[in-house]
Amino acid sequence: MGVQTKVPYEVSVPHIEPLRVLLPDGTLASGAKAPNLTSEQLRELMRRMVYTRTWDQRAVSLNRQGRLGFYAPVSGQEAAMIGSEFVLEREDFICPGYRDMPQIVWHGLPMFQAFLYSRGHQYGGRIPEDVHVLMPQIIIGAQIVECAGIALGLQLKKKSNVAIAYTGDGGSSQGDFYEGMNFAGAMRLPAIFFVQNNQYAISTPMSKQTTAASIAHKAVAAGIRGVLVDGMDVLAVAAAVQEARVHALGGMPTLIEAITYRFGPHSMSGDDPTKYRTKDEQTSWEERDPLVRMRQYVAAKGLWTEADEQAVVQAARDDVAEHIKKAENIEKMTVPGLLTSMYATPPAHIAKQIAQWK
Amino acid sequence: MTNMTMIEAIRDAMRCELERDPTVMVFGEDVGHVGGVFRATEGLQKQFGATRVFDTPLAESGIGGLAVGLGVQGFRPVAEIQFIGFIFETMDQICSQAARMRYRSGGRYSAPIVFRTPFGGGVKAPELHGDSLEGLMVQTPGMKVVIPSNPYDAKGLLISAIRDDDPVFYMEHLKLYRSFRAEVPDEPYTVPIGVAGVVREGSDVTLITYGAMVHTAVQAADELQRTRGASVEVIDLRTVMPLDIETLVTSVKKTHRAIVVQEAQRTAGVAAEVIAQVTEEAILHLEAPIMRITAPDTVMAFGQIEEEWLPSVARIVAGLVHVLDF
Repeated sequence: MGVQTKVPYEVSVPHIEPLRVLLPDGTLASGAKAPNLTSEQLRELMRRMVYTRTWDQRAVSLNRQGRLGFYAPVSGQEAAMIGSEFVLEREDFICPGYRDMPQIVWHGLPMFQAFLYSRGHQYGGRIPEDVHVLMPQIIIGAQIVECAGIALGLQLKKKSNVAIAYTGDGGSSQGDFYEGMNFAGAMRLPAIFFVQNNQYAISTPMSKQTTAASIAHKAVAAGIRGVLVDGMDVLAVAAAVQEARVHALGGMPTLIEAITYRFGPHSMSGDDPTKYRTKDEQTSWEERDPLVRMRQYVAAKGLWTEADEQAVVQAARDDVAEHIKKAENIEKMTVPGLLTSMYATPPAHIAKQIAQWK
Repeated sequence: MTNMTMIEAIRDAMRCELERDPTVMVFGEDVGHVGGVFRATEGLQKQFGATRVFDTPLAESGIGGLAVGLGVQGFRPVAEIQFIGFIFETMDQICSQAARMRYRSGGRYSAPIVFRTPFGGGVKAPELHGDSLEGLMVQTPGMKVVIPSNPYDAKGLLISAIRDDDPVFYMEHLKLYRSFRAEVPDEPYTVPIGVAGVVREGSDVTLITYGAMVHTAVQAADELQRTRGASVEVIDLRTVMPLDIETLVTSVKKTHRAIVVQEAQRTAGVAAEVIAQVTEEAILHLEAPIMRITAPDTVMAFGQIEEEWLPSVARIVAGLVHVLDF
């Protein structure tokens, strides 16, 4: 498929070197621009990554037991997810893709609601009043154009806050990806577009997704900042988002591409990654595990011990157990309740159907 | 009171609401500086500033996303989609995002958006400018669909739509924009969404329609009065979602006969739904099957045969005669 012969034309683009703060062995890269974080915050970043990894493993088990419904595993992407959310302000607004449950839970959505969402219960999406997120988006790219609207709303309300939309490498091929960035650029909105390039859109590799030099380069078309970052390096991700936030508040959106990898399948609904990824490739990415890298760094600084690690794993397991129980104990949705949620006030035909379903 | 065209009434509704409610925003392609391709928003940017009335980049999905995001942030966007055929570019934002926002968020968020768009046949517009796509919207739970037939209703319904807490798809018939004037109050007022209007009372047969077809229907009713002395009750639906079945059933119980006229293609449209619901409620009162007068099941005809494609006075009269003689 496609043009096999080399055409006499080359697209000339500047090379972008991925931002990196931590080397794979957990030492600081020379000349690296580390994020502005205290020792306590470094510990917290580590804690959240370990917690999220454990939660992910438990969620995969719960799915297999039939106690969770749709679930998109996150292991491997913790640096990109946790690092980017960690440097947001509480009133910054997150427009997540379907895999981005960790960011919205760390931003305030109670875990049991994430479980309810997975179990197909409407209460899952009832975001608490002081939590500034949308529900995970199913239509790839829709959250990117909505992000521009959220950002405009924040700007009109004179908030010093930004809106951030998450998507993946596949999402960057959608028309909405360009439309959202272009609206944000043309209107000078406080927006950040964060692409977790985990190399595959379900089974389709990056090589079939685009011939662009990188996804970050696509920012040029929208006239906004484009940044490439090592997505297995939580400090590099945090630094990139911290900087993007400052620019966003000044009216210059940023597209950040974080190069990462999902260790697990696309979702728990029958995807088998061995059909499209080699063992060697998988192993090579697992050697770049973002948790290992950060753990080496914080351990060397004397900020993290094996006991800390065990305590966090246990806490995460306990929390998951408590929240799944809570989710399971919530009363089932009802059809009349569903009908009621269609409009602010049920029109006659809905009112009639509510009565019929009771 | 001012004598206004429908487009002036639509503009006046936006002006009233921009003035009354600081969260109302008006935007779309060319709506700011020049005031829209039909001048529906003319002068509004000058009066309310470019922050509240503005031009967007040319991208309908972007416009829809902007509206949904603003809705979540507590604003009341009035987003113009320049022509009806362009809605497919933003169908996801209208149908899958805006209309589902209340449901998905368990009521935490809503999408109090008005999507305004011109549509309708009879003016020989280019293709994909005049289609009657209300059927698609009616099949979208969470959406309301409003189609005014005159300047008074246009203003009152648009004000209701802007104040509504749910998304409203507001369709403006191209043929009605400037075809006649009517008295419109200068102050804000509402015409309720979901309430049909009895345009003309009658006793022999009920003629149900909406949009520009209301005027064609009235002509057909006149002709039948003249030729047969038949008294036709003409009902303007005004809102096609939700339907005002009560008004229709009350009328049919009186006349025992009905026809439904729509510009849209025949199959699975508003007329089919009206007939199904009226039949469910009033079958024992009917003396004849309820007929549909519609466009055929083709894509909308190009300009050359547009008039033949659309329901005409003659076709409506023939339908009425058939039902009366059944």
